[in-house]
Amino acid sequence: MPFSLALALLAAQPVVDAPPEDPAAVDWEKEFGIEKKVRDPVTGEFPVDPYAQDPANAGARPFAGDGMARAFGGQDGIRSIVDRLVDLNVKDPRIADIFRNQDTVRLRRTLFEQICFIVGAGCSYTGRDMKSSHKDLGTTRADLNALVENLQQAMREHKVPFAAQNRLLSRLAPMDKDVVER
Amino acid sequence: MPAHLAHKAPDPISPRQRQVGRACRSSRSLAPFAAIAALALTSAAHAEPLMDGGKLVLTNGISTVEGASGGGLATWATIAGMETDRGIGISAHVTGIELADYGWQSHGLSVGIRDRVELSWARQNFDTRNVGAALGLGKGFRFNQDIFGAKLRLVGDTVYGSPWLPQISVGVQHKRSLDGAIVKAVGAAAADGTDFTASATKLVLSKSVLINATARLTNANQFGLLGFGGPNQTGRTVQFEGSLAWMLTPRLVVGGEYRTRPSNLAIAREDDAHDLFVAWAVTRNATLTAAYADVGSVATFDGQRGGLVSLQFAF
Ligand code: HEM
Repeated sequence: MPFSLALALLAAQPVVDAPPEDPAAVDWEKEFGIEKKVRDPVTGEFPVDPYAQDPANAGARPFAGDGMARAFGGQDGIRSIVDRLVDLNVKDPRIADIFRNQDTVRLRRTLFEQICFIVGAGCSYTGRDMKSSHKDLGTTRADLNALVENLQQAMREHKVPFAAQNRLLSRLAPMDKDVVER
Repeated sequence: MPAHLAHKAPDPISPRQRQVGRACRSSRSLAPFAAIAALALTSAAHAEPLMDGGKLVLTNGISTVEGASGGGLATWATIAGMETDRGIGISAHVTGIELADYGWQSHGLSVGIRDRVELSWARQNFDTRNVGAALGLGKGFRFNQDIFGAKLRLVGDTVYGSPWLPQISVGVQHKRSLDGAIVKAVGAAAADGTDFTASATKLVLSKSVLINATARLTNANQFGLLGFGGPNQTGRTVQFEGSLAWMLTPRLVVGGEYRTRPSNLAIAREDDAHDLFVAWAVTRNATLTAAYADVGSVATFDGQRGGLVSLQFAF
């Protein structure tokens, strides 16, 4: 009795209700219980977990005098060097993945403060310390070298004399253990 | 809003997702769905390349006349090749020296393993030209030697870490003269020998200067080309190698080196050697070195100085 067999098969089919959901339309953050972060309307930054602010978080002591600050073109020069550095990093195929989905608005501000503080151009550093800022980024020595090359390029483009470039690097180089994870 | 804040940044993600995105470089989506898929695939899909050329240019040094990485004359604490602590690098070089009465050609290969261990080989060919006839060896007689080296980085880093802690390495260089009968005839005690080196190298960034100091235990005569030991001194003595280099740009270095040497043979005095060099990283992988070198007296012919050119490829 082929007819009743076909009927039975039909009855066994699951009920087709709606077409499958479009994954792009799903609020996955909500689905997985992830808290949504919102940018600060004034600074444009995302909030970070609370931490103790301390200029020592910059990880290096500042240069005395104003020679280094002048070599870097003062605060304006440092700001455009840092902007260029972040632009280079997010485009650099060697390390772009590490910067993907990071808060580069905050990074531009804190990196500016850090370099401004170290070269003695009149800033205080308000960011996190190097160890906790780079935790779980999975950075390697090769990533650090890539970042140093990008910094060198940004400084060169902004006509920072080579000796002054190296003097800044001399204060950053001892941080390698904190910013390199594996 | 200040200009530097006007850049668009996507939503932040948790550190865990961050690591997943990092470990699997092809994962570009932020959705947790993709992150979980990536997590599942990570171990299978993610194989890190052993060669990504991650070292800073010139921090591998150039190839010395003995094949180990360093300056031209002095073995440094550096490890050959362009790889960092996660890769295996290689380099190859060829060097030519024109001296007053002699010609030198050397070439070699080296491997740098995880910026920790260096294995090297070099062949030296020393052309005696007219001196060969004067010494009764025949015009254009060549002394040849193979050098097998191994170097281990113990602590420190040339560029990073404490400015007071240099990169420190120890090494051995086993040298085998290919002219055993002749070097013994000139008075050498042996046709092969082994040098031991300990080197400390640091790039002092605050001064843009690279400093190297090496102690070498050796009984080699003219690097070993004239054998090992002799009537004056059979055993090894401690010799010193120093280098001072000034970085002009990330790719251009000028400097000088000094190397003391024993004088073991009775028939011919041996002098200290020194050089002045320019090293230029033409590309990330090719370094061209030109130097003025002075090795003093060689086989009774004094004033052996001249030009050195060396080309190194490193990956
Ligand atoms: C000596 C070298 C370095 C210095 C001085 C430095 C400095 C900084 C500073 C000041 C911050 C911001 C801290 C804060 O938000 O409070 C930061 C964050 C960050 N750095 Fe670095 N960094 C270095 C090396 C690296 C390297 C090698 C990488 C990867 C290639 C990297 C990737 C990042 C990323 C992705 C963040 C954002 C992390 C987050 O917002 O959670 N950094 N760094």
